[in-house]
Amino acid sequence: MLKLQNIETFYGNIQALKSISMDIAEGEIVTLIGANGAGKSTTLMSISGVVPPRAGEILFQDQPIHGLPPNTIVSMGISQVPEGRRIFPYLTVLENLDMGAFLRDDKDEIKNDIAYIFELFPILAERRNQPGGTLSGGEQQMLAISRALMARPRLLLLDEPSLGLAPLVVKRIFDIVRKINTENNTTVFLVEQNANLALKTAHRGYVMENGRIIMADAADKLLANEDVRKAYLGI
Amino acid sequence: MDYFLELFLGGLTRGSIYALIALGYTMVYGIIELINFAHGEIYMIGAFTGLIVISVLTMLGWNSIAIIILAALIAMLYSAAYGFTIEKIAYKPLRGSQRLSALISAIGMSLFLQNYVLLAQTSNFLPYPNLIPTWDFLKPVGHIVRSTEIVIYIAAALVMVALTYLIKFTRMGKAMRAVAQDRDMSMLVGVDVNRVISFTFIIGSSIAALGGVLVASHIGQVNFYVGFIAGIKAFVAAVLGGIGSMPGAVLGSLVLGWTESFFTGYISSDYEDVFAFVFLVLILIFRPAGILGRSDTDKV
Repeated sequence: MLKLQNIETFYGNIQALKSISMDIAEGEIVTLIGANGAGKSTTLMSISGVVPPRAGEILFQDQPIHGLPPNTIVSMGISQVPEGRRIFPYLTVLENLDMGAFLRDDKDEIKNDIAYIFELFPILAERRNQPGGTLSGGEQQMLAISRALMARPRLLLLDEPSLGLAPLVVKRIFDIVRKINTENNTTVFLVEQNANLALKTAHRGYVMENGRIIMADAADKLLANEDVRKAYLGI
Repeated sequence: MDYFLELFLGGLTRGSIYALIALGYTMVYGIIELINFAHGEIYMIGAFTGLIVISVLTMLGWNSIAIIILAALIAMLYSAAYGFTIEKIAYKPLRGSQRLSALISAIGMSLFLQNYVLLAQTSNFLPYPNLIPTWDFLKPVGHIVRSTEIVIYIAAALVMVALTYLIKFTRMGKAMRAVAQDRDMSMLVGVDVNRVISFTFIIGSSIAALGGVLVASHIGQVNFYVGFIAGIKAFVAAVLGGIGSMPGAVLGSLVLGWTESFFTGYISSDYEDVFAFVFLVLILIFRPAGILGRSDTDKV
């Protein structure tokens, strides 16, 4: 479904991604793990077109998307939940969800989707008229994921959804991610520092170090791998 | 009492004019965090465009009401094209670089436009015909308020209502609010940020041009330098209200208009401009975020 071929991305003169290649099949949950600053978020921003790659190809459903503007990429079915959730702080919960459906004009369907989201996260229904900035971290993460879902993505990019959240909330959010994957058949690309959790959720995983992919395997094999365990699981 | 009322209405006129310019400043700041110093020049170009249209149509013997409406509309369109182009030429290439670069580019653009009009037109004040007739029912109070001023109040009020509707209820308005709060995230939900920025410049510029035509008709003259002073005053008003906040821009403009009017009326008219800038310095010292401004990231 998504194919990255020899992607090179720069911030000014600093090269953040060095010839990254990846493959994500339809219906999968694929994770990308690695230390802080390895280039995980940059990979997502390159896919979304916010920081376009300088070289290489990105194919989504066999169509090249590198070099397309971010709004076109969203309209093709790739939504991102960026690191730090990035809720619009002065828009209400409802308005935030509405922004997620910015490119859609099927009003009735949008209403249905909001109802579905409120079923998924009842707390958001309670807070629907509250500004996004007043929500707790966990609620904001739920809202961020919901906002991305409002675009009805085929591929959902998640950047560090566990960051700064209590273990119980993290568990809740990962349950929902699995549910979105199985029930809606949404493909998920999950970037995480919490390698243990990520590998337990995903089908396959990539390990990134200093802007390079250094390992790629099935998630359970990576979990069992000696090097991965030492470097990322702290075991 | 008449004198007080005259000063009050005079202040309202000034405030409405400042508001028409300050709204453009504050909208652009809200979206791209840039003080668009060329904005005053847009206002001036609007006034000149109006003058050209008025001169031509007057020669053709049109009805004066039709002339002023058409002049305002053409000035708005023409200035919108200027605003759009200025953003593309002077600001877009610098997006992502330091804020100071864009600011210097804005000042350069302002100087360029002033001198361009100076060379293309003249450095003298040109007389500006006032085509808005004096209405009969205003004659008894003609010494307090003129019909042009009434038109300015109405125009400013209409613009505010229309803008509020635009920001609150339209798709573009939602996109503008989102971009003001988090530009990258707006891209990630599919907002075409370049379009939103261009749209903001177009709206801000056409409002300023409307102000330019009305004010020039009210004062009765125009030259290449009027945009600079009006722009700076409106900038003070926008900062006073809280730059980035649209209600703040209107409130700041009214407060500045009234204080200037009462100050010149009761104390001294020699220090009118000095007073406005002392005001700016005081705001920056005691309340840098302005009356309605939030000290953090929210804008529009």
